[in-house]
Amino acid sequence: MAISVKNLTKKYGEQTAVNDISFEVKTGEILGFLGPNGAGKTTTMKIITCYMPPTTGVVEVDGFDIYHHSLEVRKKIGYLPEMNPLYHDMNVLDYLEYSAQLHGLRGGPATQRIREMVHVCGLEPVRHKDIGEMSKGFRQRVGLAQAMIHEPDVLILDEPTSGLDPNQIVEIRNLIKHLGRAKTVILSTHILSEVQATCDRVLIINDGRMVADGSPEQLQQEFHGAETVTLEIRSGVTDPIEEIVPHLRALNAVTNVTLLGHAAGVSQFDIHTEKGSDVREEAFRLVVNHGWTLLEMHRKVTTLEEVFHKLTTQ
Amino acid sequence: MYAFGLPNVGPIFRREVQSYFNSPAAYVVIVVFLAIIGWFFTSNLFLMNVASMRVVFELVPLVFLFFIPAITMRLLAEEKKTGTLELLTTKPVRDSEIILGKFFAAWVLLAATLVPTLLYAVTVGLLGSLDLGPVFTGYLGLFLMGGVYIAIGLFASSLTENQIVAFIISFLIILALFLLDKVLLYVPETLASTLEYLAIDFHFSNIARGVIDSRNIIYFGSLLGLSLYLATVSLERRKW
Repeated sequence: MAISVKNLTKKYGEQTAVNDISFEVKTGEILGFLGPNGAGKTTTMKIITCYMPPTTGVVEVDGFDIYHHSLEVRKKIGYLPEMNPLYHDMNVLDYLEYSAQLHGLRGGPATQRIREMVHVCGLEPVRHKDIGEMSKGFRQRVGLAQAMIHEPDVLILDEPTSGLDPNQIVEIRNLIKHLGRAKTVILSTHILSEVQATCDRVLIINDGRMVADGSPEQLQQEFHGAETVTLEIRSGVTDPIEEIVPHLRALNAVTNVTLLGHAAGVSQFDIHTEKGSDVREEAFRLVVNHGWTLLEMHRKVTTLEEVFHKLTTQ
Repeated sequence: MYAFGLPNVGPIFRREVQSYFNSPAAYVVIVVFLAIIGWFFTSNLFLMNVASMRVVFELVPLVFLFFIPAITMRLLAEEKKTGTLELLTTKPVRDSEIILGKFFAAWVLLAATLVPTLLYAVTVGLLGSLDLGPVFTGYLGLFLMGGVYIAIGLFASSLTENQIVAFIISFLIILALFLLDKVLLYVPETLASTLEYLAIDFHFSNIARGVIDSRNIIYFGSLLGLSLYLATVSLERRKW
């Protein structure tokens, strides 16, 4: 079940929320939608789920156009909107039955499916409870259960873990991973570890534009800029800027050295080098040759956080 | 509803009815409605020594002005505010099914409110002479007029996510329809007959008198259809 988005643009009056975004999601892929608040993630999802049409552009789900074959598209999609809106006056079973009915499931098959979803989403203890009385974690599970009640091939989850505590986040994340097998999933989030933990592919959008597309590892490599090695040395010198920094500067491929701190003969440095070089061995030998003591040395790795930060703050 | 290819009207209708009768608000509104009608009916009965359904058929249309907007204001506005409308409209459900399901639910609530007033008809029958014809057509008229009001209320509720605003809009539209034939003295004669035909009370009192004229039925039917159509269009407005 593939999703294809071509030149999608959405304008609210004068304001452009989504600006010429194109991407494809292959069957079975879990796509993470990343971006700061207001970047256009939710808008894009609302368009794919047929809640509102784009200003221009074409979106197809399994070959069905969202505008001309809206009902077919909606049959294939399970959607968990942002804020997870639910009817607080209904209990879990009634609500799931209602959702099943709206997807054309009646009678035996509906009961069967509801039982399955209650089991899979761990809703047994609260199945007769009113949704309004339940904790946020359980509500989120109800939201997931209703999204998957009709065994959709496509799942669209808008910030499925927002507002949950760390344990609940792990639970919901595992649930998505478990349920998302063999489904095409688009999930939006601004928690980067979530993307790393669950997604095959990441799309970063900022200000309505797509700024990166690739697997989490690819993005880390691609946006891996200059290398930085942090060094802590006990040298006993009183003026490290004069006595140590020039030595470090002289090392191969070093572009800059900054002194982070110095106290009681112990000093910390950041050594910046050119992309793709490794200064650690030479630095080690330098320290040994001068009779200093190496307390700590490590190379900083670009995290997805940094990639994200870099791409979304220009 | 299967026959019309609108399979989701049923589930939406059932949920809406359930939600009406699960909440205390519906009971409060019904009790207030019955209390007002009952007070006037009994005071007429004891003070004037008149056992007549006339007071019911004169008073209910007035109470409807407030009662119907109160029961319809939440129908779409609440779902818009809480966001459940987004979930509902992204299911494979037609907008017209949403409107119809909610419309019938409110109509059932209206019927449930009118049923206890049949007690007054029984009282009148026991104490004096009850002319069954006008009572039957009177109730038919109330039911039709209520249906039109509900459709208007639904339209008003589709315009906003604020229930109070929805109440005021539907109240004003209904009030205008209701007052049209009360101002006939102040308009030129050429306009008067048109205004009279557009006034809802004119058609209701015709029916309540015991005459079911196709003109009246057509009036109610077309106003009902128009309002439901406008509500559907307004719900689809997000797609413009």
